[in-house]
Amino acid sequence: MPSLNDYLVLSAILFSIGTAGVFIRRNVITILLSIEIMLNAVNLSFVAFGREQGTVDGQIIVFFVMTVAAAEAAVGLAIVIALFRQRESLNPDMFTSLKW
Amino acid sequence: MISFYVLATIAVLASLLVIAQRNPIYSVLLLIASFGALSGLYVLLDAPFVAVIQIIIYAGAIMVLFLFVVMLLNAPHEETEHDLRVHPLLRRGPMGFGVVLALVLIAELGLGLAAGSESALPARSISSVQAIGRSLFTEYALAFEVTSLLILVAMVGAVVLARREPR
Amino acid sequence: MTPLLIGHLALIAFVFFMLLNSAAIMVYVERKVAALMQQRLGPYRVGPKGLLQPLADIVKLMFKEELRPRAADTLLFALAPIIAATCAFAAFAVVPFGADTTFFGLIPEGLRLQVADVNVAILIVFAIGSMSVYGIVLAGWSSNSKYSLLGGLRSSAQMISYELSYGLALAGVLVVANSLSLTDIVNAQSGGWRLFGVPILPRWFVFLQPLGFLIYMTAGIAETNRAPFDFPEAEQELVAGYHTEYSSMTFAMFFMAEYINMVTVSAVATDLFLGGWHGPFLPESLGWIWFLIKVAAILFFYVWMRWTLPRYRYDQLMRFGWKILLPLGVLNLLVTAAGVLYFGL
Repeated sequence: MPSLNDYLVLSAILFSIGTAGVFIRRNVITILLSIEIMLNAVNLSFVAFGREQGTVDGQIIVFFVMTVAAAEAAVGLAIVIALFRQRESLNPDMFTSLKW
Repeated sequence: MISFYVLATIAVLASLLVIAQRNPIYSVLLLIASFGALSGLYVLLDAPFVAVIQIIIYAGAIMVLFLFVVMLLNAPHEETEHDLRVHPLLRRGPMGFGVVLALVLIAELGLGLAAGSESALPARSISSVQAIGRSLFTEYALAFEVTSLLILVAMVGAVVLARREPR
Repeated sequence: MTPLLIGHLALIAFVFFMLLNSAAIMVYVERKVAALMQQRLGPYRVGPKGLLQPLADIVKLMFKEELRPRAADTLLFALAPIIAATCAFAAFAVVPFGADTTFFGLIPEGLRLQVADVNVAILIVFAIGSMSVYGIVLAGWSSNSKYSLLGGLRSSAQMISYELSYGLALAGVLVVANSLSLTDIVNAQSGGWRLFGVPILPRWFVFLQPLGFLIYMTAGIAETNRAPFDFPEAEQELVAGYHTEYSSMTFAMFFMAEYINMVTVSAVATDLFLGGWHGPFLPESLGWIWFLIKVAAILFFYVWMRWTLPRYRYDQLMRFGWKILLPLGVLNLLVTAAGVLYFGL
């Protein structure tokens, strides 16, 4: 049976994969996907801890994290669409100047 | 135990492929596979409600949104002139530092796995949806209402941001 | 290998086989009922009264040439019908269709006629339904043709819009039944309301939730892309929508997935609103006969709707889903919750 540490190590691995994705990738949508990986890793930690304590608090926090992630994905993608309309590119390096 | 390792392997492999893929549509589909594996892990943690919510919200709604945006924008896979130069983080200095950090991480994870309690998680019953609902509407009622406001704001924001400028 | 385990395995095979059969039966029923409604004969040559027509259709589909457009993305093109068909079959796994039977005493503990007894069964049906959007959107994208792409995007946008009203109609039933497990919901509908000791009305949720039933059926029809909400695959407007470029068995997969989705929506509607397998004259162990009758009635209603009503235009369809059905769903939930609180059902 997996212990709590197994779940936490898995969560750490997924979180670091997500972070690596945010740093390495040059495509705004993939960066947003990596952020979603990070949020999911955190969700896994919450549920694991909640299970260890025997309360449902972990799951409730996960519920809120998912809702916030949905809202953030929606707004983030709207921003991506607006950016794409300006420069026809999804590379974040194209948007480095503060004034158009 | 086997199911834990299988699901964990699928989740990690799928996430690695998400960040290593060139084609953004494959990235989205691989992330859906990773979410499916995570949903299985939630079932192992006796949280069936969270598992199903993960599929409904993450894999069924958020990823559909991502897929739509990728299809609508239809950008070629990373072929601008910025991609021809080597990424500043992939040069020798930062790569060395990154390798050091990765080794530190692996060492810490190994220590955590070895020194941690070998006891399995205490046996508990499958959490009931009634308990979640009761707690959500009593202890966390304020957060719940604020979340609904948050979703409203996000909806309005998304519509306004993605709107074409009226000429 | 206890008898219960053998019973479970046999049940899985049986459900799979019956779903395949139901797709074939629906092919025949659709054509025959459509013909009779249009005052013509429909298939009557192949077999007695045309009953072997689905067999002829399947053989024809198997022998057709399997085409793939050159610019199509191979992996996604092959994956899309797999996702569509898999989700269609998987959603039926948690739907109970009969009371515990013992097969004439062979299985002493009683085998529930449900492939997987989960305590969040309704949400699983909903979740797998929302995964079937991917089959369609990937089919539209990977065919690399404008009709397919338009059809795929429109169809998936329609499906995710109507999922909200679907969920709200479900939520109304959950408030009344107080459980997420489909078996509990069906068992809450047994018996009847009595007037002077004589049961006059079965305790089905359709009488407690009429608006919920209507919303559920409408959203279900829109979810399965059937008329009058089948604009994305309308023959006149979009060649064939998202499955334009598919032929032979891959087309058969989409075709089958659509019919099996219809059967699943009807089965879940029967379990949620029409009392499942409870009926007046038969004993509990033969309840599946009532279940079949109710599902058949709803499927006939589906076919009837297709050949009677004109098709909604796409913007009318989306407007209906967001501006009319969703507020009605919210209103239904509010009134139901207030009723449960006040009357203490």
